Amino acid sequence: MNEASLLKLNLGPQHPSTHGVLRLILELDGEKILSCKPDVGYLHRGMEKMAEKLSYIQYLPLVDRIDYLAGFFYSELLCRTVENALEIELSERVKIIRTIMLELNRIASHLLWIGAFLMDLGAVSPFFYTFREREIILKYFEKITGQRMMNNYFVFGGVRRDLFDTKDIEEFLSILPSKIKDYEKIIDRNPIFIQRTKNKGILDPETAINGGITGVNLRASGINFDLRKTDYLYKDYDFTPIVLDGKDAYSRYRARVLELSESSKIIKQALEKLKQNTELRQAPVKPIGFKLPEGEYYSQIEAPRGLASCYIKSTREEKPYRLKWRTGSYYSVNLLRKILKGTYLNDAIAIAGSLDIILPEVDK
Amino acid sequence: MNYLYFLYIEFLAKHNIPQIFGDITFYVIPITIIFIALLVVVLLLVLFERKLLGWFTQRKGPNRVGLWGLLQTVADAFKLLCKENITPHGVDKFLFNLAPLIMFTPALVVLSLIPYSSEFTFANFGTNALIYVIFAGFPILSILIGGWSSNNKYSLLGSMRNISQVLAYELPIAFSLLGVITLASSMNLKEITLMQTSSLGIFGCFWVPCFIGFLIMFISTLAELNRCPFDLPEAESELICGYNTEYSGIRFALFYFGEYTLLFANALFLSVLFLGGYLSPFGRYITPLLFQGEFGNILIYFEQAFWLILKSFFIIFIVIWIRAVFPRMAAFDLLKFSWSVLLPVSIFNLFLMVILKFLMGGAYV
Repeated sequence: MNEASLLKLNLGPQHPSTHGVLRLILELDGEKILSCKPDVGYLHRGMEKMAEKLSYIQYLPLVDRIDYLAGFFYSELLCRTVENALEIELSERVKIIRTIMLELNRIASHLLWIGAFLMDLGAVSPFFYTFREREIILKYFEKITGQRMMNNYFVFGGVRRDLFDTKDIEEFLSILPSKIKDYEKIIDRNPIFIQRTKNKGILDPETAINGGITGVNLRASGINFDLRKTDYLYKDYDFTPIVLDGKDAYSRYRARVLELSESSKIIKQALEKLKQNTELRQAPVKPIGFKLPEGEYYSQIEAPRGLASCYIKSTREEKPYRLKWRTGSYYSVNLLRKILKGTYLNDAIAIAGSLDIILPEVDK
Repeated sequence: MNYLYFLYIEFLAKHNIPQIFGDITFYVIPITIIFIALLVVVLLLVLFERKLLGWFTQRKGPNRVGLWGLLQTVADAFKLLCKENITPHGVDKFLFNLAPLIMFTPALVVLSLIPYSSEFTFANFGTNALIYVIFAGFPILSILIGGWSSNNKYSLLGSMRNISQVLAYELPIAFSLLGVITLASSMNLKEITLMQTSSLGIFGCFWVPCFIGFLIMFISTLAELNRCPFDLPEAESELICGYNTEYSGIRFALFYFGEYTLLFANALFLSVLFLGGYLSPFGRYITPLLFQGEFGNILIYFEQAFWLILKSFFIIFIVIWIRAVFPRMAAFDLLKFSWSVLLPVSIFNLFLMVILKFLMGGAYV
């Protein structure tokens, strides 16, 4: 191949379909991608370094911003790690409230992804339809937590406020199945959509495991790995992890749509339980100035974009000695090197979109 | 035209104005007025699209400027005219400035080839339909020049895509046009329109016998206009608007306006070829029933123009509907679709039309 005939294209960081500030350095032959080099870090805020300078309670509001679309999950992770260290047992109602919030957040995140993915493919309308439903969830979040996105609702040992009204979610859950049917009508039966996603961006299980891919992307490649099955919050709930073996962008899309109804199933069960546990008991944690015992603590959770985990090394101070995050998108970005090679530019956008990359989570 | 001319001269003679004045103004004044009217229609078309897209996606669409947002496009156009004309570093200045003009001029030329009413066509040649297809193909040149001279890789990719796309979709258009020409035995758009006269109204038009041709022509027109699902050359989420990425201010406005004018012109063209053009869809005109005498006879021309524009807006409505629903096609599927599906089917359609014509014994209907 003649060097001079290659086109070096700088996709991003200001590009409409890189979902934030991802920069991809592509080498193109015509429209065929010969190599792809992701360049991350445009949204680096020093989330991990900041933790070393702040006490735990000061750091808590920040962690929502690690993934602004799924803030509850990171809140929950930090709380969980601290609670593990302090050996706090959560009361039943707190657990249920947290499950409801997490799953609502997952639905909101997946809804946004469906819209954004279709937008990448060039369809405008589904974006507005999914945002319409997402709005109901965000309105509810605002009602309960006072914020639409950066909720800061979970606190060490409990939640900031009791879940006083569940009518909105019940209503939402009752309309969701018909809305999902609507999405399927406009998206799944669309021949162009199928043509553009079926057999595009094949992610075989070995590559996925070696690349550290988790979450929906892994499950859409046929591997049954859902942390919720072993998570103590979800212990008493009846649900089946969505595992599809299409390995392509289409099954990644399908898996997320199916996960919407699976999550709503969990919320329905949680709402039932919430009626039985009416007493909110917060664990007694002195909010300011508490210290974690010396040692290393780790906890993980199934976030919408894959396995997320938090590691804290404490030296018995008010601040963590070291704090590390593991986020799903970081590994998906790295996967782009392999998965985009040999594809064409407009398929590449669809494939990168199907991995559900969100940049604040990558750059932290 | 003669009838109107006669009335006009008579009217001038009544007021003692020399005939030479009438001879000149008879052509200049109405052409100017109608051209401005057409451009206003195009401006409304932009609003029409935005409103419809809004309604399709459960929004209200533009509703702030003027009543129901009627002046929104005017305000947008005015804003674009006032904006700074940025010429990026390293562009080929001559070609860069030329491209929007090449986009805009053919769009105006093709508008003049359409018979708006039985007495009114700006340029009535024997081969109107052919000239239309030639001029409607011109904008690729502009997109090629614009993409090439912009010194931007995205623009270059966009114009590359556009050329392969338009080359692929020109042939099906030509073959389905040939089908219509065979049916009508004429290349003149007015005669094609008149051939569709029947008591069946809209159901006697060419879209019934030539339905395959209509579909193919419609799809190919979408591709030629870079409309969704064939909007690859200006794929917003991939190429950031492709060939017009680097254009701003009035140059961008010319591109934008040219595109919409072409959309309108192509919708007019399709309605002339397949939906009976200015003929009433009910088989007979309404105005003579409502107004007696001379006034009704003049009003009939307006009614004809109204029907034509209504039909073209129906086609545009479908185009917008498609945009609201479909994602973009993949580049290679798009080319494959044209060469392996549309082209053979359009040739088959031509054969079908020839056989039909033979069975009809030379006369349609």
